[in-house]
Amino acid sequence: MFESLSMNGQLVFAGLAIGGVYGLVALGFVMIFRATNVVNFAQGEFAMLGAYFLVALWQGLKLNYFAAIVVALLMMAAVGLLFEITVYYPLRNRSFLPVIIATIGASIMFQNGALAIFGPSPEKVRPVIQTVGGIGGITLAGVFFDYQYVITLVVTLLLVGLQYLFFEYTILGKKMQATSQDKDMARLLGIPVVFMIALTFIYSSLLGGLGGMLVAPIFFVTHKMGATLGLKAFAATICGGFGDVRGAILGGLALGVIESFGAAYISAIYKDGYSFLVLMLFLLLRPHGIFGEKVAEKA
Amino acid sequence: MTSNDSKKAPSRPRFRPGYLALALGAVVVVLLPLIFTSRYTTNLLILGAAWGIATLGLVVVLGYTGQISLAQAAFYGIGAYAVALGTTRWGVNWWLALILGLAAAFLAGAVLGSTTRQLGGHYLAMVTICFQIIYTLINTNWIAVTGGPDGISNIKRPPFLVPLNTAQRYAWFALAALLLVAGLVWWLRDTALGRAMRAIRENELAAEALGVDTRRVKVIAFTMSAVIAALGGAIYASGYLYISPDSFNFDHAVAFLAMVLVGGSDSALGAILGATLLTFLPEWLRDLQRIYLVIYGCAIILVIVFMPEGLWGYAKLLGRRFARPLVLAPARGTLRVGGRGKAGEEILRVEHLVKHFGGVKAVEGVDFAVRRGEIHALIGPNGSGKTTIINLLSGLYVPTAGRIHFLGGDVVGLRPSRIAHNGMARSFQNLRLFRELTVWENVLVGAQREKSREAETRDRAMAAIEFVGLPDKANEICRNLPYGHQKLVELARALAGEPDLLLLDEPGAGLNQTEKQELIQLLKRLNAMGLTIVLVEHDMSLVSQVATLATVLNFGEKIAEGTADAVLRYPAVVEAYLGNREVALGV
Repeated sequence: MFESLSMNGQLVFAGLAIGGVYGLVALGFVMIFRATNVVNFAQGEFAMLGAYFLVALWQGLKLNYFAAIVVALLMMAAVGLLFEITVYYPLRNRSFLPVIIATIGASIMFQNGALAIFGPSPEKVRPVIQTVGGIGGITLAGVFFDYQYVITLVVTLLLVGLQYLFFEYTILGKKMQATSQDKDMARLLGIPVVFMIALTFIYSSLLGGLGGMLVAPIFFVTHKMGATLGLKAFAATICGGFGDVRGAILGGLALGVIESFGAAYISAIYKDGYSFLVLMLFLLLRPHGIFGEKVAEKA
Repeated sequence: MTSNDSKKAPSRPRFRPGYLALALGAVVVVLLPLIFTSRYTTNLLILGAAWGIATLGLVVVLGYTGQISLAQAAFYGIGAYAVALGTTRWGVNWWLALILGLAAAFLAGAVLGSTTRQLGGHYLAMVTICFQIIYTLINTNWIAVTGGPDGISNIKRPPFLVPLNTAQRYAWFALAALLLVAGLVWWLRDTALGRAMRAIRENELAAEALGVDTRRVKVIAFTMSAVIAALGGAIYASGYLYISPDSFNFDHAVAFLAMVLVGGSDSALGAILGATLLTFLPEWLRDLQRIYLVIYGCAIILVIVFMPEGLWGYAKLLGRRFARPLVLAPARGTLRVGGRGKAGEEILRVEHLVKHFGGVKAVEGVDFAVRRGEIHALIGPNGSGKTTIINLLSGLYVPTAGRIHFLGGDVVGLRPSRIAHNGMARSFQNLRLFRELTVWENVLVGAQREKSREAETRDRAMAAIEFVGLPDKANEICRNLPYGHQKLVELARALAGEPDLLLLDEPGAGLNQTEKQELIQLLKRLNAMGLTIVLVEHDMSLVSQVATLATVLNFGEKIAEGTADAVLRYPAVVEAYLGNREVALGV
């Protein structure tokens, strides 16, 4: 009995940690969607790029691990800006379909660019806290708390908190919120809308990149890692309620837990399917998600 | 020669460029396998044909109907696996296996398509992605049935007149199938169903209000697209004789989408162009191998940014000076609007109609009745609930409470398309035309009725266009017309269904004085023909010139009813429009 309890505790914990990463990527989705009404199907690739930048800087250039993280984040900011200029900006006045396709095109480009540069063999990255003899962590009440998982979860929650403070208590945050709610009005009030949107893309790519760096030691780094991560993050945003920040995080955590339980109790090979099954159920039964509101078209 | 000659049925034009393309296509189908004879290039032809067919499916669902599908590779896989399993493990005839595969795709397509009842846009994109990913997971992991990642080999080819035992013969078969499907998809475009699909793409709400059962048509489009993809998959499986799950994953779903977009999603030819290009491009770019897909992704973005209509759309734009307009025969007879009953009988009765939006009380217990032959104006200041009432009558909103009797039946809860079929047509306050369709096609959609033959539909559409005086603009794309003409097109579109009751939401808004006078004449002529009209309008001079009766609303409630001139003198009405002088002055 106690053993199964601790096993379940283990599953919850592992699920929450992975779910935290889904949440981080999902947060990036939501930020871009709120600012621009664009659904960025390349969001997951930001995570993949972040992880590969870390690999390149730390393994390739032999930088100090933490310095490598900082430089990689700076590079992610550049990627976000470039993405905004080349993919979003030319299509900003078009309907959702061309934009979706263009972001899918970008995602193909990123994936195969990574494949061409780093090759198909997976890369391994060290965890943030390195211990002698492999995995570091502590055991509490029969549950093994892997440090990397703990850090992932803490970083996620910390970022959500910081983001809340940023949007509620800083002028820049208010300006970004205003931009996302009504671009024309914001422009009339003298808010540099183009700059705000660029900032949003930069922030989103940072979130994605950070997510990628955090999961890098847990999974291997491959050019395919962003695709599933991105889709699951998207699933998380829809389950949580599209465009809702709380929903993105909650949705991400929930999907992580569902996945880890599904893998343990039903079947591990269908692990990647559970999130999508849950999402399909959501879409059919409660398409506006947990927090979202139903919007009707006006005649 | 009799005098009937001038009134011949508006015949379909004898020659359409599509027929020429089909004939040319047949020649190409015969020639290609004779020109490319190496085993490698013949295989590419087969692959191109199979991919082309799958892409044609996307023309129906995405190009015509405007619904995104990222699950095309799953349906393609269903067809391929049906033929593969059927001819190897289950030992059934190829054609039977094909039919099983198409049936499976039909069911899956209908189920997935039914999600379009409530989902659109990026939600639909996501639900189709989910379907695709779950399909791939099952395909790879349910080894007992699908053979797992190793795939299935020794797939049989169909018996078809002669044994298709050489790659060349099979290439002919595959290309012929491609041509057949392309012909069908091209033909579909200008049928009643095809027009309904394109109307949904352009403006779903307007399509529904004009009588297109948008839910049904969207499910049909999805199902068609799935079945077509499955056929492509079956052709592929028997062409390559070996299949594995890798050929049916999400990457391929994206590839199909890229093909249709690069080629031009609105036309069968564009899809084939896109499929051909993206089948052969990897071969031309072989030296670039490793970065080929990087260029591919880049190309998608460039095409989307610079050629929104795809390559074929771009070619059509360049070649538009050579295009000959469709010749349309004049209509036989005139419109028969509103003439189905006795003048003066009550055709619409609204009882205690209530509509709340959350806490906002838009309509609060309104009663009125409309008799046949009236022009009944709904007037009142901004926000008094006029447009909401029009939306409730036409079924776009479901009332919070109250009843709407139309021609003797309760229409509350009916879908707008049903109400339109019952004889109620409407226009919109802000134009809701099918912008990328021609005037002719716009009005045809309005003219379409269940069980009416195409010739009758065309006749009614032409009569409506003639009535508003735009026959020389029939071939113009709507978005290119000036505003006044666009309003007339909307009117013609509503009239073409020969309604009993016409709801007009601010027909005069944005028109200049001359255009307004023309509108007044049109409305008077319509009324003289027996059409009943409910009119929402702010221009009181227009109202008093045409309306036989007026109902005045304020804050969602009826405050007066009578002839237009009389109600405008009621103190309560003056007060609603101008405000209460005493209260304002604090007297």
